Formats: sequence, structure tokens, C-alpha cells
Amino acid sequence: MSTPVAFYRPGTTVLHRTPAAVKLVALLIVSVTVVVLHGPVPTASGAGLAVVAAVVARLPWRAAARASRSIVVIAVVAAALQWWWYDAATALETLVDLLALSLLALVLTLTTSVVALVDVLTRALRPLRPLGVDPDRVALAIMLAIGALPTMVVLARESRDAASARGLDRSVRAHVTPFVVRVVARAHETGDALAARGIDD
Amino acid sequence: MGTIELDGAGVEVPGAGDADPPRQLLLPTTLTLSERRIAVIGPNGSGKSTLVRLLNGLVRPSVGRVVVHGVDVGRHPRQARRKVGFCFTDPSAQLVMPTCVEDVELSLRRDERDGTRRRARALAALAEMGLTDQAEQSVHTLSGGQKQLLALAGVLATGPEVLVADEPTTLLDLANSRRVATLLLGLAQQLVLVTHDLDLARRCDRALLVADGAVRLDGEPGEVVEAYVRSVEQDAR
Repeated sequence: MSTPVAFYRPGTTVLHRTPAAVKLVALLIVSVTVVVLHGPVPTASGAGLAVVAAVVARLPWRAAARASRSIVVIAVVAAALQWWWYDAATALETLVDLLALSLLALVLTLTTSVVALVDVLTRALRPLRPLGVDPDRVALAIMLAIGALPTMVVLARESRDAASARGLDRSVRAHVTPFVVRVVARAHETGDALAARGIDD
Repeated sequence: MGTIELDGAGVEVPGAGDADPPRQLLLPTTLTLSERRIAVIGPNGSGKSTLVRLLNGLVRPSVGRVVVHGVDVGRHPRQARRKVGFCFTDPSAQLVMPTCVEDVELSLRRDERDGTRRRARALAALAEMGLTDQAEQSVHTLSGGQKQLLALAGVLATGPEVLVADEPTTLLDLANSRRVATLLLGLAQQLVLVTHDLDLARRCDRALLVADGAVRLDGEPGEVVEAYVRSVEQDAR
């Protein structure tokens, strides 16, 4: 299935084997550095780093291109605005920075399993427990949201096909009503399943 | 084998308003189930799902008590859920993680804090279902039969004592439904199986016929199925 979201691809490269926490912190540091420091050197190094990481991780180029389509559009629009407001150099820097960072983020998601990422997040949130934050719950909510994306795509497609089959291609109501009903029903089923598996205990 | 006991357990839901009286989904029911494989059959909307959902606390009884292998489900729902695994009709609803092995790991999160051991246990559970090759695949690329096997792997990985399956083969083709059926009937766990597949019901040790919110017949599967088929044929005339 082609979704606009990139998922973990198992592999054995150095980047696959690097602990998720290290990769997350590295991405954080590089992001802040590239954004805070201006000029051609940080921008070029950021871009270089991203390309090297992508090559080392043996990024599947086709999947990467599909996943980054929307981010490329956003980056181009942002750069165009910068050109209009400031100058070409700033615009170019914005464009390259955004693309480099999204490439690095893509490398992270494609080389790290969701479970590993969520584990890191759970650990990071643990100090907030006295404030009433339940790290396991936050982690589960994020996993469910990620998992729900492909399901929503399928439900939307099926609802659209069902409307078309009745000759109601143009009726917004015929598309949306069954979709919403099914999304809510699916949420109930998933809730039951989670409860039954004892995941929310 | 432990015992599942329903002691006058019934389920009532309030009506939508003053003019709408409360509805009885399940009349007070008393049962003692100690057979290894128990089939639950009956028409759509008769209360089968409500009955089996009582066993792991997904539905709470409005009257009476449910005790599964010594655990009072109403009082200790968490403990009950650890003892009772539940398998749904549509496996897609219960598969929440991107890859197969991750989904099984999710079930094991509570029992196994160590990541490496958790993965090893998850892979072992997948191997038992013959899903080793699919371990790292997206759950969305699996066939319907494989999805149901994966859902079962997730449920059985934590070692429940009882497995409740609510029409687990309804969405499957012949080969897959046979595969899942053979697997379910061969389990060491006590099995409570809701099904419309009457041949499958016949292979159990005991059968319950549920109709209009009550257990109408209880006994040897062959006889119960026979009576069910006869009652349907009579109504059709």
C-alpha cells in the first residue's frame, strides 16, 4: 500500500544498530545547530551529513521520495516566500536546511522501529510522572495514532467506492457519513481489543 | 481444567429515553463450564457476544456474578483479563502496531520489561503460528488468515488460561478458516468459541444455543446443533 507515511524498514547497517535514543538526540542537536547557525558552512554540512546518513542507512530511495513529496512542496513554498521577503541566499539556506532535516528525520524513522522510539519517549517522559503524565499512556496514544493512519486510508477508500457504486460520486454526505460511522466503530473495536489484551491496565 | 461459573449473571442496558424501556441483552444466566472446548451458537443479535464478553469483563453483569478459574471478573477485571484471552472477528481492529513482531511485543510489554527478551518471546509466538517470515512485515500486507493468526499470536503470547473467540473464522476463506479452527481446537487452553460454522461447533465438547438473550439449550454439540437447525427450518416454513 502506498501511504504518505514512511515506516521502519529492518536492516543491519550501522544506523539500524545505533540505539534509538542516540539517534533522537543527534537529530535534535543537528536540527538546532542548523537552524541557529547561519551561513553556507552549517547549511552545507547539514546537507552533507544528511546525504551521508541516507547512504549509510541504505535508504530505499523510491519509498523516501514518496514519503517526502509533501515536505518538498512545503519547503519550496517556504523558500519562495523567503525569496520574496528577503533574498535568494536566505531562501536557498531555508530550502536546503528543511530538506536536509527532513531527510535526517526520514533516516531516523526508516532505521528505527516504532517500539524503540516509543520506549525512548516513555523513558524521557518518566520525570514528568509527578505532574500527572502517564508515560505509558502517552506512548500508547502515539502508537495508536501512527497505526490508525493506514486504516483510515482504507476506510476512506472503501466508503468512496461504496458511494460510487450507488452512483453517489458527488454526494459529500454519502462519502462522509459512512466513513465517520466506521471510524468511530473501529475506534470502539480497537478500544475493546486493547482492553481485552490488558494493554491499558 | 479450571471452571467458568456464571451465577445468575444478566446484562441490561438502559433505554434511550422515558418512552424507551430498558433492554435485556442477556437474561440472568447460571452456568458451570468445565469442558475444554465449548461452542456457543445461535442467531445474530441473540446475546452470544454479550455472554462471552462477560467472561473477560468487557461487559459487566448488571445482576449476578461471573467467576473464571477462581477470579471474580466483576471485582478483579484486570486479573480476569490476564487469565482470559479474547480473539475478535475482525483481526484488523486489534492489530495496532506497524509490524507483526511489534504487535506481539505490545502484548508482552506488561510482562517483559527487557527489550531483547521481549523480542525473543514475540518471535517465538510468531513461529508457533508459522509467521516467522512475516515477522518484520507490515501488518497491512498480511492476508486475512495471516492477520487472524497474528491476532491469536498476540493474545496467546501472554499465556492466558482461557481463550474466548468471537466468530474468529467468519471473515476467512475455507482453507484459512480450517487452519484457524484446527489451531483453536488443538489449544491446551480452555476455549469458548462463538461460531456460525456448525461443523466447527460439532467438534467441540459441549455446545450452548443462545436465542433471545438466554441459553435455550445446553449439551452434547451434535444434538444442540441438530436442534438449532431444526428450529431454523421450522421458522422458515
